[in-house]
Amino acid sequence: MVELRLPKNSRIRQGKYHQAEKRDGNLKLFHVYRYNPDAQENPRMDTYEVNLDECGPMVLDAIIKIKDEVDSTLTFRRSCREGICGSCAMNIDGTNTLACLKPIEECKKDVKIYPLPHMPVVKDLVPDLTLAYAQYQSIEPWIQTESPTPPDRERLQSLEEREKLDGLWECILCYCCTTSCPSYWWNSDRFLGPATLLQAYRWIADSRDEATGERLDELEDPFKLYRCHTIMNCTNTCPKGLNPAKAIAETKKKIALRQG
Amino acid sequence: MSMRTKLGQARGDGSAKHGVGHWKAQRITALALIPLLLWFVTSFIIMLPAPYIMVYEWMQSPFVVTMMVLLAISLFYHGYLGMQVVIEDYIHGEALKITLLLLTKFASVFMGTLAVISCLVICFK
Repeated sequence: MVELRLPKNSRIRQGKYHQAEKRDGNLKLFHVYRYNPDAQENPRMDTYEVNLDECGPMVLDAIIKIKDEVDSTLTFRRSCREGICGSCAMNIDGTNTLACLKPIEECKKDVKIYPLPHMPVVKDLVPDLTLAYAQYQSIEPWIQTESPTPPDRERLQSLEEREKLDGLWECILCYCCTTSCPSYWWNSDRFLGPATLLQAYRWIADSRDEATGERLDELEDPFKLYRCHTIMNCTNTCPKGLNPAKAIAETKKKIALRQG
Repeated sequence: MSMRTKLGQARGDGSAKHGVGHWKAQRITALALIPLLLWFVTSFIIMLPAPYIMVYEWMQSPFVVTMMVLLAISLFYHGYLGMQVVIEDYIHGEALKITLLLLTKFASVFMGTLAVISCLVICFK
């Protein structure tokens, strides 16, 4: 059933307040969701003062600074710090995005940071994405062919055929879109979600792949694909500027058109 | 507690290999409802001051009956398809879900049939 309120043990309490060391300067408040599964406590919102004069421009710079200098227990994922690994996906000021691509100055007031919505939380800003990864695996995201690879060269693709993959190959699987989708919140056990469906279409649209029909067969399901009601949160939130809603619409169109 | 692997959970019971029919029907009935509802609403605005017997006679013309029957079918079919999606989205207990789906289906078929029969009764009286 749809959860209109958070379960009792997930309701958020007021947390600690951490002052910055140097308080003269350009101070900004960061409210950060904290949850420690070992503490047997409800999650809380901790507030950190960050002196922006001593901090890099992005939200990721600020939380790295907090972890380094103020509170080493703050837990989050990050790696490339340039929007290509997808690790630091989180909810900043109400929108899922990559912390490394989100300038602090875009947050007009205090910065509020939560983990990706409606996922189990491992700790603090780290969501459990194992089911979402398994859903990605379930669409078999690799090339499938019967024709053998040409012995002396790659499988060829015309320029026009290659262009069809633009807007699809750039997806870094950060799951900002999937976790912004209400349909995924209510039915994540059966709906594949926009990230996985965009990736599925990436292989459907690939001229070198020979399993298009089987891929469409697998997707044609009231829950796997058709839970998408074109809410478009996915497209609004994508930090890479991609359009998962369009990829899903193209998949539905292909399934409808092959009927005649 | 389930010890099933995540991939097993994600694959679930596999693809039902249907869904496109519902998707198409929802869109086709929506398209059909645009002219049908425009016609229905404008006709009734025009008819508003007309006496009962005049509207009754108007309802007996073959064109009007056809439009009314098509409107009733499209409306209740489209309404059912929409309600079905809402129930599937939000109700997760299988027993309650199936009960509600059946009730909605019976109610839609009943109301639709009643509307069609009523039009025909007026037409052939």
